Amino acid sequence: MRRAEVICFVLFVFVCTHANARNSKVFANSPGSLQQAIDKTMPGDTLFVQKGTYKEHDIHINKRLVIIGDNWPVIDGQNKYQLLTIEHDSVAVIGLQLQNTGRSSLTDIAAIKLLNANYITVRNNKLYNNTYGVYLQNANNNIVDGNIIQSNSVDELNSGNGVHAWKSAYLTISNNIISGHRDGIYFEFVTDSHITNNRSFKNVRYGLHFMFSHRDAYRKNVFMDNGAGVAVMFSKFVEMYDNTFVHNWGDAAYAILLKEISDSKIIHNRFIKNTVGIYFEGTSRIQVLNNEFKENGWAMRVQASCSENNFERNNFESNSFDVATNGTMMLNTFRQNYWDKYDGYDLDKNRIGDVPYYPVSMYSVVTEKIPAAMILYRSFITDIMDQVEKILPSVTPDQLKDDAPMMKSWNLQ
Amino acid sequence: MKTIIKYVTLDLVRNKIMIIYALILAALSFSVLSIDSNSSKGLLSLLNVTLLFVPIISILFATIYFFNSIEFIELLLSQPVKRNKVLLAEYIGLAATLCIAYTIGIGIPLAILAPVYASVVLLVSGLLLTLCFSAIALLIFVLFKDKTKGIGAAIITGLFFTLLFDGLLIIFIYSFSDYPIDKPILGIISFNPVDLARILMLLQLDVAVMMGYSGALFKKFLGTATGSVYTVVCMLFWVIVPLFISLKIFKKRDL
Repeated sequence: MRRAEVICFVLFVFVCTHANARNSKVFANSPGSLQQAIDKTMPGDTLFVQKGTYKEHDIHINKRLVIIGDNWPVIDGQNKYQLLTIEHDSVAVIGLQLQNTGRSSLTDIAAIKLLNANYITVRNNKLYNNTYGVYLQNANNNIVDGNIIQSNSVDELNSGNGVHAWKSAYLTISNNIISGHRDGIYFEFVTDSHITNNRSFKNVRYGLHFMFSHRDAYRKNVFMDNGAGVAVMFSKFVEMYDNTFVHNWGDAAYAILLKEISDSKIIHNRFIKNTVGIYFEGTSRIQVLNNEFKENGWAMRVQASCSENNFERNNFESNSFDVATNGTMMLNTFRQNYWDKYDGYDLDKNRIGDVPYYPVSMYSVVTEKIPAAMILYRSFITDIMDQVEKILPSVTPDQLKDDAPMMKSWNLQ
Repeated sequence: MKTIIKYVTLDLVRNKIMIIYALILAALSFSVLSIDSNSSKGLLSLLNVTLLFVPIISILFATIYFFNSIEFIELLLSQPVKRNKVLLAEYIGLAATLCIAYTIGIGIPLAILAPVYASVVLLVSGLLLTLCFSAIALLIFVLFKDKTKGIGAAIITGLFFTLLFDGLLIIFIYSFSDYPIDKPILGIISFNPVDLARILMLLQLDVAVMMGYSGALFKKFLGTATGSVYTVVCMLFWVIVPLFISLKIFKKRDL
């Protein structure tokens, strides 16, 4: 139904604006038929690709064109070649199945490659077993929506990213399902873009990898079972709302790794069963509000290099360690969070605990300094150490505290 | 020998403390497992119970029992039976009963409420701990003639392994943190059956990742099948060596 609507809409727009635009069809009858058909079209035409298997490669689109697949015709790269390359503005690629691109360590081989092309729509395609899925290079104002992008990468070296964007702006990446690539979504020098409602899971490295990309927003995405979770580095004004991070579990897995991030917002996300919920390094002025941290190894690791971050109204439940840090300096504020390990009291019944909560346990300080001490995890002596430290704090950073811890958890539904 | 084991076991099964021990364990495990919907968390709590109670109760109860049955042992030795056999029979009878109590207290709730592989590991590590600490109790019994001294030694030994050892290990880790101490730590851990049981169990759960987080060596070695076998073999050493030494001493001891 939805596809039909899209097709109708696209048709409508083109019929209205380009009364002389033609429709043409291409069948999978002879090798090279697709490229020939594209060459024959005039700018503004619509090309209907009929069902079948097209064993073609290096198809170049260098004019304004709408390509619509009828019931997902297959374009197969036979594990050797690159498939679609779009080098002109205002192209739409809808409803194709692109599979089996080659693998190469010299060039980035992609199923759909956008080179210096703007106003492109890539929608409702199925991309299976490709090195790179959708590859955007210096391409602005593009939409990548509703695609299924799957691969079966095993290591980082011989694999590519699901959606790879480099030096672009004003992108919309939405409603995609991405798995089995190196990074699910990769952004480098990409600004003013939206990543919405995607599911990125079981990728070898990161679900989302994000560098030098300012003023981007990602909302309502789900990142699950990725080798190392999500990494956001060297960016400003990043907004992360309503995302879910589940089971990014491994030696070096972080639900979110933040490095050199400033002026950003992390609001109303859910972090469940990750080795580390959020890792902060060199971050400043980040608002961390209304998030839920549940059953993580470390809910947050806040390095001493972070400043002016604000942690408010978050829930911390059933985490092995709530907060870990590597120094005694703490320039961030914690207020009105709910900590399930808090055992203070509330005499004036204002639902705020009367004594501060210190989220850093002594054992987490010890293991931060000497990782080998982790061998004593869950041993009786470490519990005693934590209790003693609670009564007589000496090792833990005394500035890192929540002065107004909540007695009951926030309802964050 | 079989007859002696039979009588020792029968005597112990009727012992009220044994029944209470089993009941307390059962109550604890039922409550812990049914409160937490997540079986892995329940297992962690039960691991704490096992690591804290099993060694101390095993060693204390066993020592007291051995000292109390000294007259029975002397009576048996006046008959034509070998010293080794009497002592071994005493040990087997006692260890068997403690194991039965543990199995009833922890094993049955686990089988009902959390039938996963990790539960089997918890059960096995608990049973191994029981065997270790009853063997150590036997050693204490043959080393000390005086009952009070023996019980004192048992308490100290129990506390040493559950608490003091880890404390000393922390001091060691702290003072030598500038050196590559991962491997020595692995070696030192082998000298404490409680730590071995804890690591054996932790490696079965998700939290193992946190242990391997930095000291990749722990995970590389202990996380594999070889690591598990190593821990079990070390714990079996903790059963066999004290037993062997006690038999040797008991052979020559002047009763």
